[in-house]
Amino acid sequence: MSSVKDWAAPTPISENRSGLIGKGVDRYEGRLKVTGSAPFAYEVEAPSPPAYGVLIASPIAKGLVASADISAAQAAPGVRLVWTPHNVPAQGERGAKINPRSQRGANPALAARIEHFGQHVGFVVADTLENAKAAAALVRFEYAAEPADLIFEDNFAKADQPEGEEDVRVGDFEAAFAGAPVRLDETYVSPLQNHAQMEPCATTAWWDGDNVTVHTSIQMVKGGQHTLAETLMIPSTQVRLLTRYIGGGFGGKGQSYDDLTLAALAARELGQPVKVAYTRQQMFQATIHRPAVHMRVRLGAQADGRLDAFALEAVTHCRREAPFTEHAANFARSLYAAPNRLTGHRLVKLDIPAAGAMRAPGEASGMLSLECAMDELAEQLGLDPIELRLRNEPDTDPETGKPFSTRQLVRCMTEGAQRFGWDRRNPKPGQVRDGRWLVGLGMAAAIRGNFLLPAKAGVRIDADGTITLRQGMTDIGTGTYTILAQITAETLGVPLAQVKVELGDSDFPPAPGSGGQFGAATAGSAAFAAGMNLRKALAELATGDPNSPLYGDDPELVTFGGGNIAVDNRAEPLERLVVRAAPEGVYVEGSITPAADARDYSQHTYGAHFAEVGVDPDTGEVRLRRMFGVFAAGRILNAKTAMSQITGGMIWGVGTALHEYNEVDPRYGSFIAQDLAGYHVPAHADIVDLSAMFLDEVDDKANPMGIKGVGELGIAGAGAAIANAVYNACGARIRDYPLTPEKVLAALP
Amino acid sequence: MKLQIEQPTHLVDISRLPLAEIEDTPEGGLRLGAMTTNSQVAADPRVRARYPVLAQAILSGASGQLRNKATTAGNLLQRTRCAYFYDTTKPCNKREPGAGCAAIGGIYANTAIFGASEACVATHPSDMAVALSALDAKIETESGAGEARVLAMDGFHRLPGDTPHIETELRPAEMITAVVLPPPPPGGQIYRKARERASYAFAIGSVAVAGGKVALGAVAHKPWRAEAAELALEQGASPAEAMAAELKGARPDGHNDFKLKLMTRLGAACLTTTGAGDDQ
Ligand SMILES: Cc1cc2nc3c(=O)[nH]c(=O)nc-3n(C[C@H](O)[C@H](O)[C@H](O)COP(=O)(O)OP(=O)(O)OC[C@H]3O[C@@H](n4cnc5c(N)ncnc54)[C@H](O)[C@@H]3O)c2cc1C
Ligand code: SF4
Repeated sequence: MSSVKDWAAPTPISENRSGLIGKGVDRYEGRLKVTGSAPFAYEVEAPSPPAYGVLIASPIAKGLVASADISAAQAAPGVRLVWTPHNVPAQGERGAKINPRSQRGANPALAARIEHFGQHVGFVVADTLENAKAAAALVRFEYAAEPADLIFEDNFAKADQPEGEEDVRVGDFEAAFAGAPVRLDETYVSPLQNHAQMEPCATTAWWDGDNVTVHTSIQMVKGGQHTLAETLMIPSTQVRLLTRYIGGGFGGKGQSYDDLTLAALAARELGQPVKVAYTRQQMFQATIHRPAVHMRVRLGAQADGRLDAFALEAVTHCRREAPFTEHAANFARSLYAAPNRLTGHRLVKLDIPAAGAMRAPGEASGMLSLECAMDELAEQLGLDPIELRLRNEPDTDPETGKPFSTRQLVRCMTEGAQRFGWDRRNPKPGQVRDGRWLVGLGMAAAIRGNFLLPAKAGVRIDADGTITLRQGMTDIGTGTYTILAQITAETLGVPLAQVKVELGDSDFPPAPGSGGQFGAATAGSAAFAAGMNLRKALAELATGDPNSPLYGDDPELVTFGGGNIAVDNRAEPLERLVVRAAPEGVYVEGSITPAADARDYSQHTYGAHFAEVGVDPDTGEVRLRRMFGVFAAGRILNAKTAMSQITGGMIWGVGTALHEYNEVDPRYGSFIAQDLAGYHVPAHADIVDLSAMFLDEVDDKANPMGIKGVGELGIAGAGAAIANAVYNACGARIRDYPLTPEKVLAALP
Repeated sequence: MKLQIEQPTHLVDISRLPLAEIEDTPEGGLRLGAMTTNSQVAADPRVRARYPVLAQAILSGASGQLRNKATTAGNLLQRTRCAYFYDTTKPCNKREPGAGCAAIGGIYANTAIFGASEACVATHPSDMAVALSALDAKIETESGAGEARVLAMDGFHRLPGDTPHIETELRPAEMITAVVLPPPPPGGQIYRKARERASYAFAIGSVAVAGGKVALGAVAHKPWRAEAAELALEQGASPAEAMAAELKGARPDGHNDFKLKLMTRLGAACLTTTGAGDDQ
């Protein structure tokens, strides 16, 4: 296993001779997408005409499917099959594994036991989507309903420590808090949110003998392949899973759903390709969501602002049978210095759809609490909110004492303050008007962990010089195709146009997929390793080939650039070498594993958000006027895709602060918002002036390229900056997100 | 139809009827053909100059793409946005008369504070209709048999009563041919809409003022003509007093109480802007 020390050496990426690293090149698949010619899973052409499946959802939250009458549906025009819990073919039991090396267990569909509203209880396949839909309406179910726990707040008494977890304590929080001269004790509430990806879950499946091919929309290739194999109870070698283009994942497609299972099962049963897609309503009710979190923050400070005591305790919820903890307190373990610390989580189990990971799980909710609490404490102390944070800036990780790999939080705040014009903020709320609008400024810090997972990649060069990178990685719309092309081209010293990238296929060398902002670092490091191995193979090929101008040279001295392989001024184009010495092409693989000593460092990405909002005192409406963020996230691979990721995260933070929430109906267990007219995310008009910049940074403890993730950092803290700006604008401190007109109006005098 | 709320056996395409003109009327008003689009009406120079309240109301609704397709008649006849209406697993008297109303006792808050019934508490979502109400527009219709009628905007939409599925006075086989705007009233005009994001969201409360006429949106099963406020204004009340007089008749349900404060403030602000409370 390697050490982080190995990663400090110069590489083609750090040398960046052709300047491709960092360049804002256009999206690799951009043209395909904007011209509508990128086939998403549902649009993939099947080898023969497909049938269409429609899912039927449970209208009750808990109980049993007592009976199902499918006769009318079966007799309806075009119907091929009708399945309910009583006649669906055998599937692996939930979580069961027959292949010992499977990463995931079975995920069977159409259980008779109902665990949440919207769980699928029926499935109809017909020759057309319309016929399937019409027939689905004819299936008659009877249910035996049981009492269900549906409302988070009503079940606080049942909150428990998540299994296998303990509170983290440093020093003696209670004593230090009790003795602190300045104290804050407030609870903040972040709402339940849905992923609301543009592309719903969808699968096209067909069989060829014992082997099934599925095109599906999923963030993790291996995870999906193994789940399906276990559900079908077949070896995973008989499942080929492809996911070439994905219309948004945000964590919600980290797992597979019933579209995958039932499309594969029905295609087998019918001997015909089958397509299944979720409706918009099913996306809300039958996937996962970000759970609501109640966060109690306690801060005990000296009069000069130094924190003696810090606690963040989060209570959240999950589906009874699907344990998941939104770790809303974890980020705070590395953020501010305080000798006495307490962080922990409690979990309430409910009979509603499963909670799960959503962009920046933990931080996105958690920072809404502490970053407002710091604003409130600053006011109590008569300090500027940035000054308070500067006074609590730790030298080493405040919980573990480990050194930071890199930490530029202070520069993010000071640089941002200057560029944003923070000095124009009047610390007294409610003082600035523009027409009828009350105007205020707010800021918040951002932190999000950085991760590296094991991954592989394969790269081949063909006789025409084309270099093809292949990886069982996904691009969920973030720019993965593009940065992998850049890394490969820069590593091998060829123009971008010479590189092809093929992703999303379980036949390719595996990568963990997209999630936890580890994608670029993980997939990219494997691609880089593969590229380095190809350099080595080509160097050996050239120096061993009597017909090469490099014949007899030391392979260690070989350089790559401008499409050539060279030693000093002896050079030849790569394709000339390959066509002559290896006409069948050269293929190598490379891999990355986390360094053995990676955990000796506290490793995060950082940022600071600045926001200016207007509050309408007549209506309580809040409108963002401008927002600016400064971020430090390692080496930036592509200025354009990184900026889109970081500003996209900030925009989500705006939505989190102002617009986005769902609620559970206490009688039915269903979400009240079930479509994008009712579930509000920011519209263009909400985001008038929003921008960001990255500080120069290379994190040589992160991976061989010194890059870090940017996909999730932008959302962390963004909403708190907005809430702080709202307070500064109008003096209303609302600790229950989002800050809807209803809540703001109620808080206004 | 996509959600199987309506499952008509036949659809009649009216999109090519010659009803897409905006014409001047001899009285000095405008006749908006039923098929004029929202975008077309809002951009018409005569509408913008003489009926700014209408242009503002239309432009505050939906999105640019929707307004390009939405028509004057279609917008008036759009269905409520009550969340339970769209969830076919829930009882809804509007969808299925007699089934019950899931919104009562539910958590959907954009419900009526005026004129709700035991059968239905939904609100009408149109912005345009609120402006038309304040403008005292007339609706021209024609039946299958060729019979023409003229209906006052204020009486066109119905309160829910115990037949919330019957939303307007339109009879079976009768269609809207035009909406007629009377000459613009003297005095200022304004439309303001409160909503949960800056665009592409339905109102949680809106106010249209045209001279001394006031209509409120998102507070009732129909555009709500604020007659008590109008009367108070005539009698010399201040904007805030006029709104207080109107809202005395409101019956909030616990979930939508915020609409009282919202409508009081928004209404008073609009009346102050147009000077409707000043001596005219
Ligand atoms: C996501 C979304 C957001 C929206 N936001 C807003 C908003 O904020 N504010 C707002 O005011 N509106 C809003 N709308 C409504 C939108 O502007 C349209 O007016 C509405 O969707 C109706 O569409 P349409 O005008 O094309 O009518 P259609 O869908 O064509 O018709 C609606 C109904 O009227 C009937 N009809 C149409 N023409 C006639 C006629 N001449 N005579 C008799 N019956 C007729 C149809 O048969 C149908 O039943 C929104 C709509 C959507 C989908
Ligand atoms: S308020 Fe009206 S539309 Fe909504 S559920 Fe009740 S009856 Fe249906």
